[in-house]
Amino acid sequence: MRVKDRGRIDRESRIAFTFDGARYEGHPGDTLASALLANDVRMVGRSFKYHRPRGILTAGSAEPNALVTVGRGAEASPNERATMVELAEGLAVTSQNRWPSLGFDVLSVNDMAARFLGSGFYYKTFMWPRSFWEKVYEPAIRRAAGLGALSGQHDPADTEKGFLFCDLLVIGAGPAGLMAALVAGEAGADVILADEGFAPGGQLTGEVEDIAGQPAHAWAESTWAKLNAMPNVRCMSRTTVTGAYDQGTFGALERFPEGRGPRECFWRIAAKRSVLAAGALERAIAFRNNDRPGIMTAGAVRAYLNRWGVSSGRAVTVFANNDDAHRTARDLVAAGVSVAAVLDSRHDAPKSPDFEVIRGAQVCNTAGRKRLESVTYRTSKGEQSLMTDCLAISGGWNPAVHLTCHMNSRPVWRDDLLAFVPAPGAVPGLIPAGACNGVFATAACLADGASAAKTALRELGMTSPDVDLPDAGADAGRISPLWAVPGKGRSWLDFQNDVTVKDVKQAAQENFQSVEHMKRYTTQGMATDQGKMSNVTALAVLADATGRAIPETGTTTFRPPFSPVSIAAMGAGGRGQSFAPQRFMTSHAATVERGAPMIEAGLWYRPTYFPAPGETHWRQACDREVRYVRNAVGVADVSTLGKIDIQGPGAAALLDFVYTGLFSSLKEGRVRYGLMLREDGHVMDDGTTARLGENHYLMTTTTAAAGEVMRHLDFAKQVLRRDLDVATISVTEQWAQFAVAGPKSRDLLEDLLGTSLGGWPFMSCGPVKVGGVDGRLFRISFSGEQGWEIAVPARFGASLFDALVAKAEAIDGGMYGMEALNVLRIEKGFLTHAELHGRTTAFDLGMGRMISAKKDCIGKVMAARPGLVANSRAQLVGLKPVGEVQQLVSGAHLFREGARISPENDQGYVTSVCYSPTLGHMIGLAFLERGPDRMGDRIRMVDRTKDIETLCEVVSPVFFDPDGGRARA
Amino acid sequence: MLDLTAKTPCDGLLPVSHGPFTLTEIVPKALTSIAPFKGQAGAVSDTLQSAHGITLPSIGGATGNGSVQAIWFGQGQYLLTGPAPDGLDGIAAVTDQTDAWATVRLDGHEAAEVLARLVPVDMRPAMFPDGTSVRTLLGHMTVSITREGEGYRIMAFRSMAVTLVHEIAGAMEAVAQRL
Amino acid sequence: MRLPCPICGPRDSREFIYRGTALDRPAPDAGTEAWEEYLHLRDNPAGPIREFWYHHAGCTAWIEVTRNTATHEISDAVLAGGEGAA
Ligand SMILES: [Zn+2]
Repeated sequence: MRVKDRGRIDRESRIAFTFDGARYEGHPGDTLASALLANDVRMVGRSFKYHRPRGILTAGSAEPNALVTVGRGAEASPNERATMVELAEGLAVTSQNRWPSLGFDVLSVNDMAARFLGSGFYYKTFMWPRSFWEKVYEPAIRRAAGLGALSGQHDPADTEKGFLFCDLLVIGAGPAGLMAALVAGEAGADVILADEGFAPGGQLTGEVEDIAGQPAHAWAESTWAKLNAMPNVRCMSRTTVTGAYDQGTFGALERFPEGRGPRECFWRIAAKRSVLAAGALERAIAFRNNDRPGIMTAGAVRAYLNRWGVSSGRAVTVFANNDDAHRTARDLVAAGVSVAAVLDSRHDAPKSPDFEVIRGAQVCNTAGRKRLESVTYRTSKGEQSLMTDCLAISGGWNPAVHLTCHMNSRPVWRDDLLAFVPAPGAVPGLIPAGACNGVFATAACLADGASAAKTALRELGMTSPDVDLPDAGADAGRISPLWAVPGKGRSWLDFQNDVTVKDVKQAAQENFQSVEHMKRYTTQGMATDQGKMSNVTALAVLADATGRAIPETGTTTFRPPFSPVSIAAMGAGGRGQSFAPQRFMTSHAATVERGAPMIEAGLWYRPTYFPAPGETHWRQACDREVRYVRNAVGVADVSTLGKIDIQGPGAAALLDFVYTGLFSSLKEGRVRYGLMLREDGHVMDDGTTARLGENHYLMTTTTAAAGEVMRHLDFAKQVLRRDLDVATISVTEQWAQFAVAGPKSRDLLEDLLGTSLGGWPFMSCGPVKVGGVDGRLFRISFSGEQGWEIAVPARFGASLFDALVAKAEAIDGGMYGMEALNVLRIEKGFLTHAELHGRTTAFDLGMGRMISAKKDCIGKVMAARPGLVANSRAQLVGLKPVGEVQQLVSGAHLFREGARISPENDQGYVTSVCYSPTLGHMIGLAFLERGPDRMGDRIRMVDRTKDIETLCEVVSPVFFDPDGGRARA
Repeated sequence: MLDLTAKTPCDGLLPVSHGPFTLTEIVPKALTSIAPFKGQAGAVSDTLQSAHGITLPSIGGATGNGSVQAIWFGQGQYLLTGPAPDGLDGIAAVTDQTDAWATVRLDGHEAAEVLARLVPVDMRPAMFPDGTSVRTLLGHMTVSITREGEGYRIMAFRSMAVTLVHEIAGAMEAVAQRL
Repeated sequence: MRLPCPICGPRDSREFIYRGTALDRPAPDAGTEAWEEYLHLRDNPAGPIREFWYHHAGCTAWIEVTRNTATHEISDAVLAGGEGAA
């Protein structure tokens, strides 16, 4: 309930929200957790494994218990920490891991069966029968043990990503972080200050103390405001730095209130230096039944009182091993809340005139099912009980060293602090300061923050300003070790995974003595909180169980992210249309208008075929388009092919070096087919290259390999052949290029260009005027027909395409798509990346003689390896069906007639197939062992996945017009 | 007689505005890639100076403005905007790129915040002042970005114009809601 | 991860494409062993290694980076084409 005159919330305004359907009210400045406590809602969830009632444990991001689902339907977000959810009007929250309701949960019977469900339970119980694991055990366990569930629907909420840069990244806006940012900000450094809360001050937001003569939270707010006003400082609230990566890169998740654009932004921050001022996380003490709703960390009870004006109970008991927790009792009494007692395990604990301190006391049990009713404690005088509805516990503070471990460093144990602190130089350029560095008193935190900033500034070559340290409390308090109160029953270590002291001891007993083994065996430290509350205590218990000291026992590794990051946030900028750039040809609009289904070719979108009225099957369109080209003229947009402009005195030599053939001997105005190898002797790509001038070539690549070939040429000229003076640049985008193919292609182009093309032999090229525009014409063919490719600057592409199509249609031709293009090239045995798949050689393709003997080229030496030119290799052949079954399938394998179908009898495989309207049956390209020697042989094509067997004849891969007369016509 | 009509890369896509941000298409008269041959950078610069009044920019820079501009475009490569260059035969590879790029201009107070959502390079005015130019990524696209006065000139492959506009407009809208 | 491109300065690794260990290409007549080593055999040091990266989204230079495989510390990055390649 709310306490009078306490808290820094706006009590004048109200915010309505629902929890499991019930309506409640809170105030601006509330978190969901503070509002629930203010409404006296104690039980907010059921535990992971035993379904025990659980309440709110902390007031910060380490919260293991109070996980809820926020929102409804597709936008529902599961496993949100109630302590981090900012209250907003209309917030709809539901509890998790319970059925049918939070109050009555059927699976809480698990709790009764607890003695069968100890550590290693899954591994021991569900071992066999093996087949039961996936079908029976795992689904049942997943239903029973779990956190919130995803909606299963597409989440319409938007997320974004971004990139930020700074001299100094300050992580955390507590006293150390604020001071570090202030010093660096005043020095003129480019600073980012990131804090995961929505109010600055870190731990100060929940304390009653003074800095510079004013309340600490007010000092934090004014310092934040001052920093925010500096142009060189970017203050980011609600921003959790989630990971530290190489070369000063950090991940940070910024959350935004409703109505301010995308829900979250996942930032990549590149920082020259960083100050980690992440503070410390209070740890619990393990004792029997220490997990009941109403048992909270002492610091959280204090924060709910001081920051949110909420009393976490009517009669509060404090149980601690340190001085710091006494402040909780002090603040409660001052606010008029009854304090039952302070139970301090130390015999020399300080006394207070304001509340009773019972020295040498340890809580050994609690009672109350859905909320705490009483505690039992033990002193030298025996056991006694106290009626209390809130127990504030503190086992000390764990510095938040997490980010210092992200690059493989392990923190160092300090016996004087009973805490792990960051190892020196844990993350290059990162300087820990304040509580995360084991510095606890406020004054010391301020000084440590200032000093960290000065170190960073010095390393950056900047001058530190004179900044006065404000006055603040200098007392860090004392602590004596107490990890677990001995005794019977279950003492919880990891609240989120339901791991007890007994589980850890059992792990040790069963010889899982390494921390990493213990963790995996018990599941301690897993799930959303990653053991923030429990790791150190569990380690201490393991150390005790194995008779080792804590430093000897080690520590588990903290890995990114520090707190959960949704996949949507990490993948922001990659969803839907943003997944990959879309590349559209200049003919795209016309193509879509004709109803062509588009297919992705790399990033490009290309038409598969152009349906005509009356056609009901794609094959009808495809066959018709093939006939355009064979009988009249077809037009296709081939702009997606890579085009590389190569100029300079070394241009010819570069081409000779990257192609198997000679290009220095190519005449100006002529085009030649080229084959490009990888250095290991396998074929990388093919294409035609035209010589436009003495020192000027134009190379074409396949659509798929354009980027790779550009990179390859850059490597060749920058690294392997530095002697050559040559420039390469992609002109793929500059030119719109269209294939015009078929017996009537010359007629069409002569009509279009208004000039005779009689003087243009096969494989020639040159400049042409296209409607007054400077264009290029190439007489090349990928269809086997008389063929041309005409290119104009891309701005004229759409217009030229329309003109070409209109002219083609007027002479019984038309446009053709990828399907027809593929049929035309298979009929001619021309290659694509179905054949150039990275494991074939020039020899395999029947192009062994294309490797010029006159010069070195990339891949030449290794292509000559005996294994790559052995006749036993699978080599390119054509296949045609000769039996009853007429179907061919690409990907199918080849076997001798009568041979058993088994891998050792495999003779080869099919790469491309199509129905040839020209020949009236299916044809295929395949790689067959000793293929060229087996022309006329019969071979079985077997596709086991489609259950198709076809008897084929081995034929030449050039099915149509083998002497090439049509192309030269 | 064939009469070809020209279409700009962002035809039908722009302008777009969200909050203080505007995105407009720029259609340069000519874009020419200039790659000086070995040891000829000085001669190329001199030639440009006498023919067009600008020198070759240094790495990451831009020279000239308005009607004639040269920007650094990669290792040993420059892009001349405005006139087609004269007198570079034999000292540089000269390639017409007028139609290869979609060019847009992003304007608006704190436009750097929009680019921060897309570009892995510091685009804040102090770090990327007038006269600087960079080759980098925008989303998944390789781009050239040049600071021009208060705005940014952004170039991406012509075929990617739809994606370019989609990405920038999306970030403009998101950031506008943040303000 | 960020790589210090000798031309562009430090850039996010997403702008680069990795190739592998930086090796010198053998002469055509260097013999099978030299070629076998160039193509297939690699050291796998836990420590500094020299490797080729391509600044594909930046200046399109091939660079040679010295990276410590154990710490990811990058101690050097130069143009693979040697000095003077601007
Ligand atoms: Zn670079």
